[in-house]
This record gives sequence, structure tokens and C-alpha cells, in this order.
Amino acid sequence: MGTEFKESIHKAINNANLTGALAKFSEAYKVNRAKAYEGIDFEELRGRIADLKSYAASHLDELSDQFQQNAEACGATVFRATDPEKVREYILKVAQDNNVKTVVKSKSMATEEIHLNQYLEKAGIQVGETDLGEWIIQLAGQTPSHMVLPAIHMTKEDVAELFSKEVNERLTTDIPRLVKIAREKLRPKFLAADMGISGGNIAVAETGSIVLMTNEGNARLVTSLPKIHIALVGIEKLIEKYADVTTILKALPRSATAQLLTSYVSIITGPTPNPDGTIKNLHIILMDNRRSEMAADPKFKQALQCIRCASCLNVCPIFRLVGGHVFGKVYTGGIGTILTAWFDELKKSEDIQGLCIQCGACKDVCPGKIDIPDLIMEIRRRLVQEQGVPLLQKAIYAVVNNRKLFHGMLRAASIAGKPFTTGTFIRHLPLFLADLTDGRSLPAIAAEPFRDRFAKIKQPKGKEKVVFYAGCLIDFAYPEMGEAVVKVLNKAGIEVLFPEEQTCCGAPARYSGAYEVAETNAIDNIKALLSVDATYVISACPTCTVALAHEFISTFESVGQTGWLPKARELAAKTIDFSVLVKKLVDEGRLTLKEGQKLGKVTYHDSCHLKRTLKVSEQPRELLQRAGYEVTEMFECDTCCGMGGSYSLKLPEISAPILQRKLRNIKETGAPVVAMDCPGCVMQIRGGMDQDGAAIKVRHSVELLAEQLDI
Amino acid sequence: MMYEQFKSRAEGVSAEVHRFERKDTALNFMIEFLMKEGLADTPQTAALCAECGFLDERDRDVLKKLSGLKFDVTCEAASKARFGISQMDWALADTGSLAQNSSAIEQRLVSSLPTIHIALVPTSGILPDMPALLSRVHPKECAYLAMITGPSRTADIERVLTIGVHGPERLVIIFVDEFGGGN
Ligand code: SF4
Repeated sequence: MGTEFKESIHKAINNANLTGALAKFSEAYKVNRAKAYEGIDFEELRGRIADLKSYAASHLDELSDQFQQNAEACGATVFRATDPEKVREYILKVAQDNNVKTVVKSKSMATEEIHLNQYLEKAGIQVGETDLGEWIIQLAGQTPSHMVLPAIHMTKEDVAELFSKEVNERLTTDIPRLVKIAREKLRPKFLAADMGISGGNIAVAETGSIVLMTNEGNARLVTSLPKIHIALVGIEKLIEKYADVTTILKALPRSATAQLLTSYVSIITGPTPNPDGTIKNLHIILMDNRRSEMAADPKFKQALQCIRCASCLNVCPIFRLVGGHVFGKVYTGGIGTILTAWFDELKKSEDIQGLCIQCGACKDVCPGKIDIPDLIMEIRRRLVQEQGVPLLQKAIYAVVNNRKLFHGMLRAASIAGKPFTTGTFIRHLPLFLADLTDGRSLPAIAAEPFRDRFAKIKQPKGKEKVVFYAGCLIDFAYPEMGEAVVKVLNKAGIEVLFPEEQTCCGAPARYSGAYEVAETNAIDNIKALLSVDATYVISACPTCTVALAHEFISTFESVGQTGWLPKARELAAKTIDFSVLVKKLVDEGRLTLKEGQKLGKVTYHDSCHLKRTLKVSEQPRELLQRAGYEVTEMFECDTCCGMGGSYSLKLPEISAPILQRKLRNIKETGAPVVAMDCPGCVMQIRGGMDQDGAAIKVRHSVELLAEQLDI
Repeated sequence: MMYEQFKSRAEGVSAEVHRFERKDTALNFMIEFLMKEGLADTPQTAALCAECGFLDERDRDVLKKLSGLKFDVTCEAASKARFGISQMDWALADTGSLAQNSSAIEQRLVSSLPTIHIALVPTSGILPDMPALLSRVHPKECAYLAMITGPSRTADIERVLTIGVHGPERLVIIFVDEFGGGN
């Protein structure tokens, strides 16, 4: 990561106004969004949106033709362009042909994308933003930091200061008064403007209509008062059918601002009369700028399902710490990273793609049903493909796959006292065990890894056999968790097998974009785990479970490895998470926990992969309750703990405040124990608690359950 | 039922909702409202009324007697008026929205430039939701379909909800049953 980039992160994180405002906003947003969606089947709704947008993305040319035909039949002029330069030239030409001196604009990301304002201003045309947030940042000479709330990074003090200069009067921070000032200052601009420029939230091919939504009412004025209206629309806004407008309008305001509908919605189909009785000169520009290329890319076509609601920003634990400017000048947040990689260039996303911790929070709320984290992984993969895996990393992966050597090295480093603070080699270990960071102590590496301890466990021979996949953390740092797994399964009459050839699940390599390494890991593990006959392959690390159940397949697909796909599917079908299997065993009466225990309060932390990829959140809670714990929910129980594999190493300055927040939420429940199902989260949170000094036990559910088995 | 749902949704976004059985009582209410709010024939206190389908000659004559209320809608007059009056054809119960074929510029001027927008709505125009609206209004017959949900608002400064940015800061909705109510 570039130093400039690191500095921008540093600056953002230390901007208390920014992080304070974003934190408050993200908290309120979640509550309000849920309320706005009350009574609506979100999954069904987003399924429909994804279908209709995906259809449109596969028919961009047809829909553009159809749109053009229908809009022109109504009297609009349609201009189609691939290249931003052509778009700018066209707009300037229309302006010059009509002797335009001043332009009013309503909010449009597409115009930001092509840096239109600067261009027109250079040609001597005055451009005025009219959306309050956009106007504020225009006055400040900044760029938007959020797709829906462009000035979210500014305080009322900042705004009062800017407006004071504008009106030559000392203004206070009275917000309604500031808003009034904006109304008074902008009104004459609307009335005098020669041209209005807008974006378009939707473009309907079937009718040639464009749909505009605003809360302030500026788009109505921009499209009504000036004699010329130019709407700049990215072709991803096309949909086929008029009736489908309602589908998008059902989700967009709810997701964007938690409103049932924005204050104003205009559906414009062809020119209408101007105030002076003449007819509007209406131009609609359909802009491609690499969108067709994106549609032709099997992986990234999905990104065209975006309806620009910005909810992926609002729920992102990273965005709420660093804000939008760290991401760049136009599109921000998760989807912004993807759009920047395409509309700008792949290289530009090199730093910002690293901001993604892969927690999956955005994927859960995206009304376009886009797998944003997966697309960011794909960017990472392509970057690595272009640039190659650094030699040092390659060497490290080689060690990781030699389990004995790897354990030996970790152990040696661990014993050496202050373990991983020096020596680049060890510092880059993908096992996330390196580099002591502020706010977290590291686990001691077990003297004897699980693989060695396993051999000593005396198991009753069971009829049913289950393969245990340990993963790096349980194998080397927390072998006691593995022993607990064996104990619980044995109690249910199941014999546990541990094929020794199993190795790292490949997540660290994959999450660094080193897919070829992940591919080798996958093949080695498939060989090992399918080498013995068993009903299930169980894992007590959700990151590993996700690897076995989903990522081996997708890694193979990404690198074109078809030979191993059937085996990967076979393994995926057998893979099961610890809590799911145990819940099943308890339900079937094969496993009983002690009756009538009163174990007091416990609070539960949902691990990202378990909750959002594996969709498991009830089972561990129910099991803890059955065991006799009273589960007290913490605030934001399913927000990432900041671990994210090697993320906490690469971006400790972001990981640390996320962890602090998690610790605070845990402590506020008053529970003496916090349970979770991921050894990675245990490492992060236990380390944090340690440093914090709070007397709260951090346990994997498997340990708590193993203590409560009926004898 | 639909009316009740509309009312609670519209009030939820700060619109003011009234309902009258008869047109004359509705108009009386509106006149009283205008007087109370300081209607006068001076800039910033005038009212401007766009073409309203259900106001007949007699109604217009009554309104014309009010000093400060004009029917001649221009951009200039609208930007100086405190009140804009228009008929909105439909209301959407599930979002508390009003809808209108706004192809005529006058309709947009009176509902976007003045400080207070008074919307007269036939109670029979209440529809359950937007799909019901779009199935009735096709772009072929409507070049500018406008939906209005509450007054103009922003949250752009510190996310504090503030009413009345570029559009009206008050939206007063008056339902009239006389043209077929029963919702
Ligand atoms: S990617 Fe999804 S959540 Fe993000 S802005 Fe687009 S539609 Fe909204």
C-alpha cells in the first residue's frame, strides 16, 4: 500500500468529526432501514431486481436501441457514446449552440464520473450544483464522499463557514437557517439558468422514459425551468419494462435513505412545455464508458445490477471509520471500489480493494443482490495475476503447506518471547499470527499441535465416522478446541477421523489474490479429506468451512481448474459446520447436555463467515441456551470483529478501532462470558480483552458445550 | 381503509391531511386556511391556482373574490407566491404520495416554487400503491408524471432532517369525497 494512501487512512481515522458522524449515521441507518422494509419480503424483492437488471445487462444494445427509438418518437434527442470525452464534447456543443451561459445541475454520479463541471467551466460556462450536499462540496472545492449523502463528512460548522463567505454575513450553525440560505441563494440560479443537467435513476426502454428522484425538489426545477434539459444516464440504468419501475422504486428509497418513497419522483417521457410556452429542448445521453465490457465479463456483469442506493457503504464497518474520500473521488465504498476498477482503471483500485475485510455485511443488504465481496476478491485476483505473487509470499505459502515445519517455526517464534515483531519473513506469515498490534495479544503457539495430540486421544469405535478438519488456528494455536470437538462427537457415538495430510484451507492465499496457491491447498485438502470414508467433514472454523463448502469450487472456477471440480463438489456436500451438526445431534436425541444447569449470562458474537456465508446464527445460540446459559444479545452482534485474516496485519489502524467497538459492545452486556464459533474471532477478541484487562472470558462455543455434556 | 392508511403515511412524512365530504366545505376550509396564513395581494403572500379539473365556474368565481389569489400562472408569479394550489389526481395509500400528470408546466410551477402547496384531491383517486398508478397512467398519455410525498426535505447537513429546501415547506392535502368517495 502506498504511503499516501496510508496517510489518507490515518487522517480519516483521526478525524473525530468524521468517524463520529459516520458511526452515528450507520447505527441509525440499520434501525431505520429495517423499519422501512417492514412487511416487505426483501429477498423476494431483490430477487426480482436482480433478475430484471441482469436481463438488462445482457441486452444493453437492444435496450439502448429501443430506448432511443421510443424517446426520439416522443421528441427527445438521444445521443449514445462509449467514451467520456465524446459525452463532454456533446454537452458543450449543445450548450454553445444554444448560447448557454449558466447551467443548474441536480445530483448525478455519471457527471462526476466524467468530471463534467470542470470541463464546462473551462469553456466559460457557469455550472451550479443544486442538491444541497453537492452545492456544499462545490463551494468547498471538494468531491463527494458518499453516493447519496455527498457532504456527510462535513459538520454544520464547516457549512456555516462556507455559507458565511457566500452571503457575506456571519452565520451561526442553525441548520434550518442554513438550509433557508441555500434556498434563497439557489432560487435565482434556477430561474436564470439556460440549461438544466440531470442524471437518471432509471431509463425505461419500452417507453423512452427517464425516472428522477429527489427529496429536495431540485430535479423538478432543473427539468422544468431552463429551456434545455440534458439527462446523462449510464446504460446500466436501463430497464426493459415500464411496470418494473415500481420494483426498483420499492427498494431504492428504502435502501438509500430508509424512506418509503423520496419526496419527489418524476417520470419524464419526451419534452414538455417550458414556462414561456416553448417546448423543451430535451437531450438524453446514454453513456457506456466500459459498461458493455463489464456486461461481457462473466464475473463483473453482476455489478451492473447496482441501483446506486449506497447501502453497501452504510453498513460497511470500514466505511464508517474512514469515510468516502479514502476510496477516491467519485464512487466510494464497496461498489465504488469495483466501479473505480472499471470506469477508471484496475490499477486505481489497487490500494482501495485492500480496504475490504470480506465481512459480507454489504452483500446482505444489497438490493441488486450483488456479491460485492466476491467481486472485490476477483479484483484482487486479477491484480495479482497482472503483477504476480511476491517471492516472499510464495516462500511463505510453501512453508504453510509443510505442516511440521510450519508448526516448528511458529512455535520457535512464539517461545522467543516477543515473537513476531522482527524479521520480515515471519511478519508476513499468512496465519495471521504475526506482528503484535496495538490492542491485541497473540495466542501462545501450543507446544504440541492438535495433529500430535489427536493420536493420543482414546476414542470409542463408533459406527458413524466423521472427518475433522482443524485448520491452522485450531491445529497450532488452540488444539484444545479440537479436543473439545472430538469429545462432543464421541459423546454422540461418533468416531472422529483426522487425515494427517490436511493442510491450510487456502483462505489466506485466496484473500491475498494468490489463487494458484489456494488452488494447490484445495487439491491437497480434497485428497486428504476424501481419502477416508465418513458421513461428514466437520470444521469448527467458519472461514475453513466456507473454504471447503464454497471456495474450493469458486477458486477452481476462477483459475479454470475443471478436473477437480467434481471432487470439490463432493467435499462441499459433505462439509458441515460444528454448530449445525451438533444442533442436529441434539435435536435427534443422539447427544444430551446436562439438564437444569444455571450457568448465567453469555453474550454471543456472530462470526462473519458463519452468519453471512453459511447463514448460521440460531444454532449456536440455541445450543448455549440448552446447556444452561442465558444468552444476552450485544449491540451489533454480527458486526465484524476486525480480524479478517491478515487484514489486522495489513491495516492495523483500521482493525484496532473495529475491535475496540466490539469489546465495548461485549462489555456493555455485563455478561462474564462471550461465546463465538470462530477461532479467528477468539484470537482477535481474546487478545483484545487481555490487553483491555476486562475479566470477560472469550470462548469458542465448542469449549463451553464440551463442559456441559451429560455424563 | 385506504384513506386511513394514506393519512397516516402522509402525516408520517410531515404532510397535513384533511378530508371533506362536500366540495363547498372543502373550499371554505381552504379559504379560511389562506386567510389565516396571511393571504394578501403583496409579493410573498399571494396565492396562485393552476387548472383544477373539479373546480367549476362558480367555484372559481368564489376564489377569484379573494384578494391575492390569481389563476394566471407564470414562472414569475409562482416564484413570488406563498401559496400554490393544484389538483392532484391520485393518492397512493401505501406511501402517502400524491400523483399527477404534470405535463402542463403550470402544474409544476405552483407545486414546486411557492412555500406552501395546497393539493386538492378527489377521494376516489386514492389507489393502493404505485403499481396501481402505473397501470393507469401510461407515458404515452403523460409526458411528465409527478409524484409528491410530503414537503421538500433534506438531510444533507449533519443528517438532520430539515424541511423546505427547494420545494414547498408545507404540503396541505385536502380530500373531497363529493366526486365519488367511499374509500
Ligand atoms: S452495490 Fe448494492 S448496496 Fe451498493 S449501491 Fe449498488 S445496489 Fe446499493
